[in-house]
Amino acid sequence: MLSIKNLHASIDGKEILKGINLEIKVGEVHAIMGPNGSGKSTLAAVLAGRSEYDVTAGEVTYNGINLLELEAEDRAREGIFLAFQYPIEIPGVSNINFLKTAIGEIRAYKGLDPMNAKDFLMMMKEKQKLVEIDRALISRSINEGFSGGEKKRNEIFQMAMLEPKLSILDETDSGLDIDALRIVANGVNKLKSNDNATIIITHYQRLLDYIIPDFVHILYNGQIVKSGLKELALELEEKGYDFIKEEVEA
Amino acid sequence: METAIKTSTIKDKFILEFENSKLFLFGDTQLRNKAIESFYKQGIPTRRQEEYKYIRMGLMLKGEFDFSANKNCSDAQIESLKFLKEAYVVIIENGVFIEGSSNLQNLPKGLTICSLVDAEKSNSPIFEKHYAQYADVKADPFIALNTAMTKDGVFIHVAKNAIIEKPIHIIHISTASKNAIIQPRNLIVVDENSQVKIIESFETLASTAKTVSNALTEIVIDKHAIVDHYKIQDEKELGYLVNTTHVIQQKQSVFSTYTFTLSGSLIRNNLTLVLDDEHIESHLNGLYLTTGNQVVDNHTVVDHRKPNCNSNELYKGIIEGKSTATFNGKVFVRKDAQKTNAFQSNKNILLSQEGTINTKPQLEIYADDVKCSHGSTTGKLDQEKIFYLRARGIGLINAKKLLMHAFASEVVNTIKIKALREYVEEKIAQTFE
Repeated sequence: MLSIKNLHASIDGKEILKGINLEIKVGEVHAIMGPNGSGKSTLAAVLAGRSEYDVTAGEVTYNGINLLELEAEDRAREGIFLAFQYPIEIPGVSNINFLKTAIGEIRAYKGLDPMNAKDFLMMMKEKQKLVEIDRALISRSINEGFSGGEKKRNEIFQMAMLEPKLSILDETDSGLDIDALRIVANGVNKLKSNDNATIIITHYQRLLDYIIPDFVHILYNGQIVKSGLKELALELEEKGYDFIKEEVEA
Repeated sequence: METAIKTSTIKDKFILEFENSKLFLFGDTQLRNKAIESFYKQGIPTRRQEEYKYIRMGLMLKGEFDFSANKNCSDAQIESLKFLKEAYVVIIENGVFIEGSSNLQNLPKGLTICSLVDAEKSNSPIFEKHYAQYADVKADPFIALNTAMTKDGVFIHVAKNAIIEKPIHIIHISTASKNAIIQPRNLIVVDENSQVKIIESFETLASTAKTVSNALTEIVIDKHAIVDHYKIQDEKELGYLVNTTHVIQQKQSVFSTYTFTLSGSLIRNNLTLVLDDEHIESHLNGLYLTTGNQVVDNHTVVDHRKPNCNSNELYKGIIEGKSTATFNGKVFVRKDAQKTNAFQSNKNILLSQEGTINTKPQLEIYADDVKCSHGSTTGKLDQEKIFYLRARGIGLINAKKLLMHAFASEVVNTIKIKALREYVEEKIAQTFE
């Protein structure tokens, strides 16, 4: 589904990603862990199409297409979804209008007829239940006045509505208390299928107790320095990131 | 010195026209004489004058003009401008009240609507008491010009304790076939403890001729009265508008004003609110969307003269193309006006390199126990927000549109009449296309 080869990216002339290699197949869950500043969020931003980052080398192929050539909106329309680490507030744009517009454009891109209002509302209701988000929140402007946990839950709600093929969760666990974490993880698990894949970017292992990854990769200084099965996350948690630093620098 | 000669030519044209027509104008000749004298002294403002620093008024008055215009549109065109189904409609065509086109049947008890000419003819004591008593001819040459040369307009009186449920929609239509200058004038008197909603819309139906409209509305609000005043300015490319609104508020009255500037070559708004007693509440809302070579200039004055009053002002603008928008908001808090709350905010989005925004909040506070604030911001559309929307599959153009709507909605949502709010939303959507 996704193939990243020797990806280098920089911002303002500073190189952050220094040759990432990663293969993700449909149906898989990959966790990317790493200390602060290792390039985790940069990787997510580059995949989602943030224009501030310059890709200086390497290639990213997604379902046979060169992902790096697509604008951010076309990546989303092709089924890539980024759950933001810091979801932004957009006063004056209601969640409903926002999702209606997004789904409308995605369907138009795929050559599908617009969804009728009734089906849309039914879908809203169903997904709302699935990710356990309060209806009152959805009728408000995007993230306006939402708590940190509510914002993260809204990201997962949007993910449920847009039904992406590849979801990238950028530190979705940060700032969540354990109850909110369970709800968010539960939502992600329910949305998981054999037709989609998930990348979970996290600093801590805890989220991986609730969303079980198939593979764990450790990102350090712009490169994936170690990959393994889910046990690697536990080892990392136990030994701390210093053990990676020592291993890499040794 | 060439400019000076031209300016005096324009001025002389007005004086000559006044001398020729004054015998045919309604009302007090003395009042008109004083006004034209004052206009003569002031002249057409140039950019050397602080109040007109960012707008070239002389330019719109270049060339030949008629001082009246004949009807040049069909009844169907007029009907199409009546966008509110439930309203008392007043048609003012080229500055003249047209009873036949208006819808003023079955006016409720306590509501009087007639032309200024008729109000003057009937010796209405309310008209006599209030007409031309508030907007000072010495304060601005366009007030002087209108006071001297107005031919007609509408007089509205809401009697004590009357609640007028349906809004009154005054439609100003310019339909000139030759370039024209018109001077419509309205007087609105709202008595004690009554309530009324008034909408003034400004439309140009002319297809070739330029119309300069120097419109003036005085609103007198007695104690405990509640008045909403909406202005929808949609003058198109051939419309030039100087719109003076002068409001005087008495004790415990509530006045809300909304100015939506959607189109027009040049629009200058002079809005003055005088809070002349205690416990008055005033809300000023404005939205201007400018594009092309448009010039839009909003000057507002909120004059707190007595203690315990609240005023709240919010003006927002989106500037595109080579257009220029100006906001100058003055708030005076006089020595007596203790415990005043006065808030003002002006926010702008500049969408192009060539567009200009001039924003100047001005607070003059002479009392010491007050809460006042003002702020102005000018920025581009937020790139982070655009990215967020695009990351969900919304294309760049629609993402920008959504954000512009969101920006405008803060002002649009203050419109209390649902049908009017929908109309304005629709108009804004067309502007963004």
